[in-house]
Amino acid sequence: MLTGLVEAHALAGQTQALAGEAQPDLLWARELQALSFAVHIPLTCFGIAFPAMVLFAEGLWLRTGDPTYRALAKRWSKVMLIFFAIGVVTGTILSFELGLLWPEFMGRFGEVFGLAFALEGFSFFLEAIFIAIYVYGWDRLPPKAHLLAGVPVVVAGIAGSLFVISVNGWMNHPVGFDIVDGEVTNVRPWEALFNAYFWHEYVHMYLAAIMVAGFVVAGVYAAAWLRGDRSRYVRAGLVIPLTAAALAAPVQIVVGDWAAREVAAEQPVKLATFEGLSETTDGAPLTIGGWRRDDGTITGGIEIPRLLSLLAKHDPNARVQGLDSVPPDDRPGPINTVRFAFQTMVGIGSLLAALSVFYLGVWWRKGRLPRSRWFYRLVVAAGPLAIVALLCGWITTEVGRQPWVVYGILRTEDAVTHAGGLPWVFAVMVTVYAFLGAILVWLLRRLAARAPETEVPERIEAG
Amino acid sequence: MAEACLLLALVGVAAYTALGGADLGAGFWDLTAGGAERGGRVRGLVQRSMSPVWEANHVWMPFVLVILWTAFPEFFASIMSTLYVPLFGVTLGIILRGTAFAVRGQAATLAEARLLGALFAASSVLVPFCLGAAVGGIASGRVPTGNAEGDAIEAWLNPTSIVVGVLAVVVGAYLAAIFLAADAARADLPDLVDAFRRRALGAGAVAGAVAIGGLVVLRDDARQLYDGLTSGAGLACVLASVALGGGTLALLVGRRLDAARWTSVATVACLVAGWAAAQHPDLLPGELTLDEAAAGDATLSALLVSLAVGAVVLVPSLLLLYRLTLRGTLDQSFEPLDQRFRPLSSDDHPGRP
Repeated sequence: MLTGLVEAHALAGQTQALAGEAQPDLLWARELQALSFAVHIPLTCFGIAFPAMVLFAEGLWLRTGDPTYRALAKRWSKVMLIFFAIGVVTGTILSFELGLLWPEFMGRFGEVFGLAFALEGFSFFLEAIFIAIYVYGWDRLPPKAHLLAGVPVVVAGIAGSLFVISVNGWMNHPVGFDIVDGEVTNVRPWEALFNAYFWHEYVHMYLAAIMVAGFVVAGVYAAAWLRGDRSRYVRAGLVIPLTAAALAAPVQIVVGDWAAREVAAEQPVKLATFEGLSETTDGAPLTIGGWRRDDGTITGGIEIPRLLSLLAKHDPNARVQGLDSVPPDDRPGPINTVRFAFQTMVGIGSLLAALSVFYLGVWWRKGRLPRSRWFYRLVVAAGPLAIVALLCGWITTEVGRQPWVVYGILRTEDAVTHAGGLPWVFAVMVTVYAFLGAILVWLLRRLAARAPETEVPERIEAG
Repeated sequence: MAEACLLLALVGVAAYTALGGADLGAGFWDLTAGGAERGGRVRGLVQRSMSPVWEANHVWMPFVLVILWTAFPEFFASIMSTLYVPLFGVTLGIILRGTAFAVRGQAATLAEARLLGALFAASSVLVPFCLGAAVGGIASGRVPTGNAEGDAIEAWLNPTSIVVGVLAVVVGAYLAAIFLAADAARADLPDLVDAFRRRALGAGAVAGAVAIGGLVVLRDDARQLYDGLTSGAGLACVLASVALGGGTLALLVGRRLDAARWTSVATVACLVAGWAAAQHPDLLPGELTLDEAAAGDATLSALLVSLAVGAVVLVPSLLLLYRLTLRGTLDQSFEPLDQRFRPLSSDDHPGRP
């Protein structure tokens, strides 16, 4: 580790020498990248988790012959296609931005982690092909063949995200290469692909995707329920995605604990940032809420003794490394941002898990849906909350990774482009994303307002 | 191995130019189709033809990017940082275009469809121009190795870039017109067959003129590229392209639309090959050769292995999609775009009380 750091400093120094002037608009490059991810990641959740729900509904139709399920699957497939299309373009933007904003990162390390993106490219391709066959093949392909055409969409959605997460895992836990005299050599691309961070990050993200897609879709039908619609269509539209999300949410807590312990072991400074822990401490406390001041103390939080040591190391007396273990330059800048993002994610995750356990409990014990209007109101809120938690999770891990783009090896400031005009580009992209977001919401509402009968020739029975 | 990776990237470039280019060209015809009523039928056909395939066609673009940054990271970093203005233009165009097209299918009023259509169509012209301008900057040796080392404006605003940019727009329009004419023939819409056949002939003539005029510009502006295109393998590709282009026009005149589809794709593939041959062995002319830019052998072989394994799954899938499309299995019913927005009557919802 120590030699790695020494080499890293040598590399950083060399980059600086080559770079000449520093990028004054580094922050804009970071904000633009963050914005683009914030738009893209929630969309990908629908690519990862939604196709399975659509196929499940279609499978129910094939088994029962009930046109309600067919109308639901068909309607969902249209939404899936819109989300996929926008995911395709926002994902393309990201692949451009990696080069446009971070040429030093791509130029030096592209050969190390690029393989994962090549594999992701194939998943992307298959998804695009079969989503078209699936959505445009309704009523044109034989029912079984149609269902089969949906299977590659499910698989490719899961595989594609897996490879992308592998790259993020690698950025946090860079392996599969050596640095000799400041040059990246002896590249081992397969080792980089299956880095140790990949597994927990992936499972964590996969469950998050199920929660986001499940709660958002369920929320649409919970809103219809609150408006007094008790049709089988609304009931099925609520139960399928809600059950998927409710099964994922409690498991996510366990996986989150696994992920946090991996971070504690491999990136102790990042964990200290999550918690705002200034000094290395034996039996470290966990502080909920509050504001971390510049002197390193936290005001206004609730301190629970020894809990951090217990959670991070499963030992109440264990030593937890603090921010003081590295020089100030090697600490993520905005500690409070990371800390709030982390706590928001954990808070929302716990709330959603509680809601899920309640729902599953009522279903298990009484064999029916909860009747309280508050339950449905919470389900409506759960979708946006899940998206907030998702984004907070990414802020936690990505801002917490700073000041490194390749952890411990390449600093973000050394990876950035030397091109000018970044604030302008940022302003244009913000406008475009805001505009597109408005269009998307508006048109999805329009789609939702259409009666289910427009999807299938049969009459959908009410009640 | 570097050659093999470059070849795959070029296959991707050719596929994107032909298939993605045709989708972009369809946007050009959408843009120039005239008022809502007059252009309704043209736009209806564009919507119908593109819907099932445009995403798969678009994926060639990230496919190329991924190969470039994995196999030739330094080349990728140099072009992205120097050519950031046109390439941001591309991203802007891609996002506006894809979203506008995807949601236009759900538009409920003519005004909405018009706004989204205008966005879709305008960005369909922006994207090929910017990509062509970027290619022109690379081919004319205006992109040096390094992080934003080149001139941010002159690298893409120069005679070669403008020629290639305009050529990209026109070639896309030409391909789109041929594809759409063939689709119209399959859908039994004789008026649209004629409309697009005329457009294809016109665009083909313009594309030929731009290409020939462009050579004159290249002679002064990018001598190395010009010499490469007028000798050896480069010349062979150019001549093949000219022959195929002429053959395509003959097929169009003879109304052999399905055959013209294939020869037009081959024409474009020859153009891409000609560019590659003219530049060989440089990736950045005078700056960076293929071998200098190539990643280590471990990466190249891993990339080739995964691309080969991927191709086993991908190629049959693509063939399936195109076969279903060309057989008409995925065809949507044809509907002039302005007709969709006539006032709804009770007939439209027979199931509702």
